[in-house]
Amino acid sequence: MKQVIYILIGFFFGIVMYKSEAASWFRIYEMFQFQSFHMYGIIGTALAFGIVFVQVIKHYKIKSIDGNPIVILPKEKSFSRYMIGGIIFGLGWALAGACPGPIFVLVGAGFLPVVIVLASATVGTFLYGIIKDKLPH
Amino acid sequence: MELIFQPWPWCISGFLIACIMLVLLLMGKKFGMSSNLRTFCAACGAGKASSFFQFDWKSDKWNLLVVIGAMLGGFVASHYLSNGEIPAISEATKVSLAHINIASENGYLPKELFSISALSDIKTILILIVGGLLIGFGARYAGGCTSGHAISGLSNLQLPSLIAVIGFFIGGLFMIHVLFPLIF
Repeated sequence: MKQVIYILIGFFFGIVMYKSEAASWFRIYEMFQFQSFHMYGIIGTALAFGIVFVQVIKHYKIKSIDGNPIVILPKEKSFSRYMIGGIIFGLGWALAGACPGPIFVLVGAGFLPVVIVLASATVGTFLYGIIKDKLPH
Repeated sequence: MELIFQPWPWCISGFLIACIMLVLLLMGKKFGMSSNLRTFCAACGAGKASSFFQFDWKSDKWNLLVVIGAMLGGFVASHYLSNGEIPAISEATKVSLAHINIASENGYLPKELFSISALSDIKTILILIVGGLLIGFGARYAGGCTSGHAISGLSNLQLPSLIAVIGFFIGGLFMIHVLFPLIF
């Protein structure tokens, strides 16, 4: 039953990504050109409600459906890994015009060239795993 | 019904994305898309090559189900919930696109990069491959992507996520403003 819920959550996410145009290369290009408010509006609204939701969860110590407390583990403290990794990710996000969520959505939508992006992103993840100990973190 | 077929406004979309994150938190999970690539590597046996992939990937199966759902959602949205309109980008963007030889009267994605015929150009294939490599490598290096850092992490007011998101924009702006004129 839970498995169906996860598929439904993803299904809904896919529709929102596609219909909001957050999965469109054109919108990402436009965002980095600062020529429209559209993408900033999406991220900003998500963030505004997201902050409220997380604060409410924390304040009322809301539990998950398993009955466990909802804990959001803090990320490890570092500057270099977030900055360098972030820049590398940003270069790819702008070049391919899609981040990981939309990549899956676009493959489902039938854009076959995006399969190349998905495959190479998997290879990129693998490469990180191979050389991660040699990188500054 | 007509409203569903039109592009969704940013305020509705942003709210719905926050709701997706909330539902995942209430399910005892977290909202993050790029970690699926690591899970996928681990499931394919990458643990033999690096300890980074030696973890109980089966405990992340739920997220792979979210991915399957996202693909189905993309299929349904593009085939049954759209009227084929192209994104209504700004006039200024259309002018910018002309400079890099990408038509503004196009599809949901530019045909110059994402059509089957575009794949006959080796340059297109290289762009897609390099783009993917940077996304996959950078997302794991930074410990998350747009969903994990820009939405989940910032919602939790985490400083690492703010640093990562600033990095995302430094990289993205450099690509569009400095490298795009050289690439296209």
